[in-house]
Amino acid sequence: MPSTVPTRIDAGDRPRLARGVRLTFDRARQRHVLLSPETVVVLNATGTAIVELCDGERTVADIVADLGSRYSKVVDADVREFLAGLVGRRCVEVERDDR
Amino acid sequence: MTVDGPFALLAELTYDCPLHCAYCSNPIELAHYRDELSTGEWQRVFTEARDLGALQLHLSGGEPLRRRDVVELVRTGRDLGMYSNLVTSGLGLSAARAEQLRDAGLDHVQISVQADEPVRSDELAGTPSFERKLAAARTVKEMGWPLTVNVVLHRQNLDRIHGILRLVEEMGADRVELANTQYYGWAWRNREALLPSRAQLERAEAVVRAARERLRDRMQILWILPDYYERYPKPCMGGWASRQLVVTPNGDALPCLAAHELPLPRANVREHAVRWIWESSPLFTRFRGTDWMPEPCRSCERREVDFGGCRCQAFLLTGDPAHTDPVCHLSPDHGLVEAAVRAANDPERPGELALTPRPDPRSGARGAVAPASAEPGA
Repeated sequence: MPSTVPTRIDAGDRPRLARGVRLTFDRARQRHVLLSPETVVVLNATGTAIVELCDGERTVADIVADLGSRYSKVVDADVREFLAGLVGRRCVEVERDDR
Repeated sequence: MTVDGPFALLAELTYDCPLHCAYCSNPIELAHYRDELSTGEWQRVFTEARDLGALQLHLSGGEPLRRRDVVELVRTGRDLGMYSNLVTSGLGLSAARAEQLRDAGLDHVQISVQADEPVRSDELAGTPSFERKLAAARTVKEMGWPLTVNVVLHRQNLDRIHGILRLVEEMGADRVELANTQYYGWAWRNREALLPSRAQLERAEAVVRAARERLRDRMQILWILPDYYERYPKPCMGGWASRQLVVTPNGDALPCLAAHELPLPRANVREHAVRWIWESSPLFTRFRGTDWMPEPCRSCERREVDFGGCRCQAFLLTGDPAHTDPVCHLSPDHGLVEAAVRAANDPERPGELALTPRPDPRSGARGAVAPASAEPGA
């Protein structure tokens, strides 16, 4: 079951943009932004890199590994915290295998 | 000084509306707004607002679907990379129109709901509309848009909150905004009939809390408190001329949709560039930041939390928009709010007062619409 309000983000979760949310580049601010019905989230470079990998296929562990191959310091807990924040703002939802 | 650009443009395309709600926040006098911006003028406003930083485009009114060029305007917003949101009564959203809007790139739809059953809803809206709203919601879902339902709450529908939430759930809303009435425009005139009692609010809050728990994965529920019952004022618009730019049907630019009531010089997009209006016009700079503040705001540690509250409310209640919002318990004018709250909670108060519905602007005659009946406890 897709969930919008998980208590925490697990390594096996597969995040994706929630329905109605768009990632776009804002020329005025020179930043990527997430647009949703009532929110604008201005992203930094790392945030953008994470969001671009949220395709509903990759797990959080996959995303951390992918970023680790491109950036020197990728902290697993930071990625999870960032994603939990976006889930709280209803910009991202996660697919979680029920076990 | 560099001024941050707005995040959103609220484009009030027309004040023409099939509904005549007694809590309408649009201006009382509408003649001034009939000379509406043309398609080309709106497209220029969108472009200039986008250049300034606006990313969200709220197409509102009145009823934005009454503009024949609404599809074209949605397409312009999409071409500019904006996230477009249609704020509608639902009336006029035929399947054919919806398909055109989807193809033009519309992102999101908000539909208003007045009550949970047809008779009361149609009374409050001042026109038969309940069934058409439900049909419009079905169309929104068929098109795959996220749906937000807006409900303006007040003394005469708060006790129906349970039924309203059930209706909104049946409509398949992804999100519902339960907004207690704010007293501007027509709502200011009806304040006494609209302001709820504390007991009503407490009952409604309990219902909302339970619904949030029950629906937490399916529907986001926003509850916007009536600020008359708050200790501190609302952070109106996130600060004056800070996040949102409003443009009215005739091109007046405003920092807030109620600001047309303020005694400040107008700024119109037909006469000035949007950037100049945002960054330099007297209207937009008058209350930006904290330098304008009187005491008790000036030395208050919350001055950048609530920005002194709402300028329009300060003006309506005290006659001076530079006063602290009287909602704040620290305001020297707080007695004005306390008196209204006292009256709303008076146990001796007679039955519900009749609402004065907004006359149909096209009829041109005040009071041409029969007043909605308002039975106590209905």
